[in-house]
Amino acid sequence: MSPELVRLLVQATLDTLQMVAVAASLGTLIGLPLGVFLATSGRGELLAAPWLNRVLGLVVNATRSTPFIILVVAIIPFTRLIAGTSIGTTAATVPLTVAATPFIARLVEGAIREVDGGLVEAARAFGASPLQIVLKVLIPEALPGIVLGLTLAVVSLIGFSAMVGAVGGGGLGDLGIRYGYQRFMPEMMLAVVVVLIVLVQLVQTLGDRLARRMNKRLRHG
Amino acid sequence: MTAPVRVPVDLGHRPGGADALVRIENVAKTYTARRGAGAVTALEDIDLTVPRGRVLGVIGRSGAGKSTLIRLVNGLERPSRGRVIVDGAEISRLSESALRRERRGIGMIFQHFNLLSARTAAGNVALPLEVAGADKGAIRTRVAELLDLVGLGPQADRYPAELSGGQKQRVGIARALATNPKVLLSDEATSALDPETTRSILDLLGRINRDLGLTILLITHEMAVIRAIAHEVAVLDGGRIAESGDVFEVFTRPKAAITRTFLDEETGRALPPALAARLTPGPATAGEGKQAVLRITFRGPHATDPVLAQLTRDVGIPAGILSGTVDEIAGRPFGTLVVGIPPEPETVRRASDFLAARGLDVELLGTLDLAGWQRSAAPTDLIHVA
Repeated sequence: MSPELVRLLVQATLDTLQMVAVAASLGTLIGLPLGVFLATSGRGELLAAPWLNRVLGLVVNATRSTPFIILVVAIIPFTRLIAGTSIGTTAATVPLTVAATPFIARLVEGAIREVDGGLVEAARAFGASPLQIVLKVLIPEALPGIVLGLTLAVVSLIGFSAMVGAVGGGGLGDLGIRYGYQRFMPEMMLAVVVVLIVLVQLVQTLGDRLARRMNKRLRHG
Repeated sequence: MTAPVRVPVDLGHRPGGADALVRIENVAKTYTARRGAGAVTALEDIDLTVPRGRVLGVIGRSGAGKSTLIRLVNGLERPSRGRVIVDGAEISRLSESALRRERRGIGMIFQHFNLLSARTAAGNVALPLEVAGADKGAIRTRVAELLDLVGLGPQADRYPAELSGGQKQRVGIARALATNPKVLLSDEATSALDPETTRSILDLLGRINRDLGLTILLITHEMAVIRAIAHEVAVLDGGRIAESGDVFEVFTRPKAAITRTFLDEETGRALPPALAARLTPGPATAGEGKQAVLRITFRGPHATDPVLAQLTRDVGIPAGILSGTVDEIAGRPFGTLVVGIPPEPETVRRASDFLAARGLDVELLGTLDLAGWQRSAAPTDLIHVA
């Protein structure tokens, strides 16, 4: 590959990393509290608000059931409102975040629900408030599960980010389609795929390791 | 939160003088099923008091309502009717936030310990203090003090996964004591432990009750637990209290059938299964190979009297031991012997009179038919009192 193509590949990798990092960060920022709320606001639960729980559950499901590529197109007005444009790396971050948030919320919800109810009961018994229970019991105990969930979300985002290339989003997917496919450069296609595989491998290994270190349930944690 | 481990207070051993720290008055608890199906009554007509400084044990089978009962005391459950009062505060009517403050005065330990896996032993003990807003230095001092109290000083930095069951429960106890509670609730605290560990945990609870004057309300399905540390007992059956009172009185003179079934699980009080199968309850009937079966209960000073020897020597009635035990309940000696004697009504009457005159409780269990049992295996021949 010519130096020019290598430069393109590096730039596309950086773009992808930027999109994924921003979308994952914003998605966690909103998705984590949302997931905690979904896990604790059902009828008779810690922060019981069954109505809000149901409404948010519906919104989350609606977003999750819309195919990503359709979501990207459907929210173009919203993307313009936020990013000022609907084309490019920055603009692509908007639909990525919108897709990541409910996904992360559901994963966090699942991890929180895994926490033994006995711990919540014990915390109530020594006088902890619902907020204290969430912050000092539920989240710390669910942390290994949350980290694994976030790892999964980041891996999925890397895949999604390749798709925004189709609508002018930039990044590795865009490079693969424009050079690898449309200009028929198999070596570029191969390079893009290899970089994606390496990225996913790295993220997964890192996430697994972090989760294992946090999990004190194992004797050799 | 810097308060030191409490100095022994008056333990309330004055007869009848102890005031009630926990009062459960005319309580009922009903659960309404979500859709359709009728309500489930968990508790009915519960009146119970735990005197300050005492240990009250509630014993019952699973489903008897024990868990619900103990959770009424710290407001984890609210009664459908009646009042729950702890040290003057009406728990059953407090708002959630008032209840949270009150709960700092009520410690609780659990069957499955309920420790946070992500926190060390010290971190778990510190949690109630953090929640109560104590400052860091005070927490560190108090946690070290508590871990020493339960004998876990060296394990302070271990995670629950690195501790044994008994050690986990010690952490649970230290955590429950962190905020200097007035009363400790124990929810089947030893049910997940082996007998030896159970004994050491019960010893620890007994010591805490004596040394710190801490009032304890415990629920269990095991007689051994009640016998080891309770002063008073309530027997719960089908959501009602079948009987209650001083442990020694209730267990040596049980009135309710359910209490007897708990006692019969103790070795020596009931016939071994092979013999029980050959027992016909009711008045003694004479016949070849038959014996009348008496259960003799020894209380207090008579527990070790050689009454069977006297029965044979002074009255001329031979008695064979079928089963027996001598132990103590609430620190007082207590024994049971199940014996076989000749089944003639006159003999049975004379034996009963003789034993009753010596202050023993005698109960005729029925007639044992040993005809057909291999002669050499007949228990009266194995252990014959000459």
